[in-house]
Amino acid sequence: MPDPGRDPRGTPSTGGPGEPAVVREAVGGPRVPSGESAAAEGPGAADDDRAALVRAMTGFARTLRAAGVPADHQRTQGFLAALRELGAREPRDVYWAGRLTLCSGPDDLDRYDRCFTAYFGGERPRPAARVTPAVAVTRFVLHQEGSGERDEGRGEESAAAATASEIEVLRHRDVARMTAAERREVARLLGMLRSARERRRSRRRTPSHRGALDGRRTVREAVRRGGEPARLRFRAPGEKPRRVVMLVDVSGSMAPYADTLLRFAHALVRAEPRATEVFSVGTRLTRVTAELRQRDPAAAMDAVSAAIPDWSGGTRLGEELKELLRLPDPRGAVVVIASDGWERGDASLLGRQMERLARLAHRVIWVNPHKGDPAYRPLTAGMRAALPYITDFVAGHSLAAFEELALRLAGGGPGRRGPAHGGHVRGGPALGGRAAGGQGPGGWGPGGWGPGGRGRPDA
Amino acid sequence: MSQTTNPDPAAGGGVTGSAAGIDSPAKLATLLEEHDYLADEGLATAVFLALRMGRPLFLEGEAGVGKTELAKTLAAILDAPLIRLQCYEGLDAAQALYDWDFARQLLHLKAAEAAGVTDVRALEGEIYDRRFLVARPLLRALETRPCVLLVDEIDRADDEFEAFLLEVLSDFTISVPELGTIRAETPPVVVLTSNRTREVHEALKRRCLYHWIEHPSFEREVAILLRRLPACTEELAADVAGAAGRLRGADLVKPPGVAETLDWAEALLTLGAARLDPGLAAVTLGALLKYREDQEAVRRGGLLGDGPAAGVGGGVRRA
Repeated sequence: MPDPGRDPRGTPSTGGPGEPAVVREAVGGPRVPSGESAAAEGPGAADDDRAALVRAMTGFARTLRAAGVPADHQRTQGFLAALRELGAREPRDVYWAGRLTLCSGPDDLDRYDRCFTAYFGGERPRPAARVTPAVAVTRFVLHQEGSGERDEGRGEESAAAATASEIEVLRHRDVARMTAAERREVARLLGMLRSARERRRSRRRTPSHRGALDGRRTVREAVRRGGEPARLRFRAPGEKPRRVVMLVDVSGSMAPYADTLLRFAHALVRAEPRATEVFSVGTRLTRVTAELRQRDPAAAMDAVSAAIPDWSGGTRLGEELKELLRLPDPRGAVVVIASDGWERGDASLLGRQMERLARLAHRVIWVNPHKGDPAYRPLTAGMRAALPYITDFVAGHSLAAFEELALRLAGGGPGRRGPAHGGHVRGGPALGGRAAGGQGPGGWGPGGWGPGGRGRPDA
Repeated sequence: MSQTTNPDPAAGGGVTGSAAGIDSPAKLATLLEEHDYLADEGLATAVFLALRMGRPLFLEGEAGVGKTELAKTLAAILDAPLIRLQCYEGLDAAQALYDWDFARQLLHLKAAEAAGVTDVRALEGEIYDRRFLVARPLLRALETRPCVLLVDEIDRADDEFEAFLLEVLSDFTISVPELGTIRAETPPVVVLTSNRTREVHEALKRRCLYHWIEHPSFEREVAILLRRLPACTEELAADVAGAAGRLRGADLVKPPGVAETLDWAEALLTLGAARLDPGLAAVTLGALLKYREDQEAVRRGGLLGDGPAAGVGGGVRRA
């Protein structure tokens, strides 16, 4: 996002005296000889200079790639072509030629500026100093004193390996109280989850038996029949999976559930890679969708843990929702917030952001692991502030709860489907039973929802 | 920046010239300025390279920083028609590339039938002729030369649409199955804009020069206001640009862009304002901020520099 104060060394466009001398030296000096001096020294020298320039610039592109800017081969060629047009006489020519050809988004610009200074200034590129927000670290203990109705201590008593017959039991157990082996089993089952997705109407039209006249196909048919438009063809708007934006709270109080939730998120991303976005929330909002696109759950989880900078910190949900609302993602999407609502920041801010979110999103589903406890009451300030704007408030503590959540994301579940479908939630296409029988898609095929369960056609 | 302040005296004759007359980013910036568009060095370089390298220019930035306006100005500079493709969800080949004129095709079929033509192959050849082809913006851009093609708000089109665009922008050709490949003799100047409501596909971006347009600096915004609104006094322009700058720094749902600043200044001018005062600012705020939350935040926080608390000294804030 644009930030006028983004460029630490002043806008390079000003050129002039503000430009670091080293940059000018590096570009115009011995390392990258200018075109004029090359011309004066004859054709052989010009070739050498040209080669030196190409070497220097491809080295720069390599540096950029290492920093995460997508300066690939094709872009680098574009960069060299741009340099030919501008002439690499001034540092700012090089700067703009590179920035215009090698960057592909606002996120790249910062990195580009850093690399430019480092490479042409002769510095060793350094990763940006990570901003550590000044937020008190909330340890897991806090949630125990906050909601004292839980008895966490008895978690590790039985280390039973989950066999097929035990999956049913496992399905309803709270993941926070499981042994490591049981959690692995749950993770394995979650890895097999194939969630269907609520549909929304697309504006794109596809051939259909009803709808508007499809002139192209009608004429084609008419020609085939010797000019008689006997059969009319139609086309009607198709359908698309509705986007899901999932926020996973990775703060201290959610630590026992974060792994399971992220595995669930992984399953969602794998099911609909183009219609799912996942963010981790804690003290900052981190997009982890790219990390979760990997097929192997273990590799995806490794990548995610490396990408999330604020594991087991506090939660500033209000601030982060605000950040999310600046992004295009939540509009028209099903937003899933997985958090205990243990807000460290201003609860009224959270309320205001939830209000806005409720207006933008298609629906807002709040997953609270503690809701699985019958004695749970949404008493935390954050939860109370958010509650009025939540479409569905569901539990997220056990495999069965995740199954229910997946069903809701498929457009099913109570509140939308009417009482007739209530039975589907429990007795429907349960994951555990099938997983025991073998793998394969359709652990949760679209069978979980009938024609009546399609998404509302509105946006 | 430096370019726009010392105009090249030789530029006068080249206003209606082709891209060949533009030999440096500075020259281009001067030309843009003559058409009331104040571009900074980065943007001028971007446009210059796009013209010279024959590459599409991909512009991103907050709404209202002048992305669309740039394409219009560019068309004026090159004295070429502007062909605009406004993207929206569901945009497909029939609306963006070409379509067949079905009504005329059917009429032709009936006429042929009446004349006793029954050979299907001959009929096909007749009705899939160029004269029954309706050119939509992209095809029109390939067939018009020179021209500036503006693909506006590409992020609004679905990602399937980008595939069509990719073929057009990489080879400047359009293949019509029934007709063959239509090739542009001179590639059009292409400007794509995006408000980033969706990430545009990497393959498409790779064919373009990428430029992120920032909100203008205070001085530039004052210059833009004065240039676009001749009736605007320097004091009012400074007041308005200053307030807009503060609002961009504030924590708003939608910070105002240059377009909104211009609207606001125009609203103030219509009310006969010579300076910005709290009363006028309050009643015209709707031209600048389009969210109720933002308007309230501004009123509460006195972000216009003269909130309710400062009402006594309002209007004479500083010289």
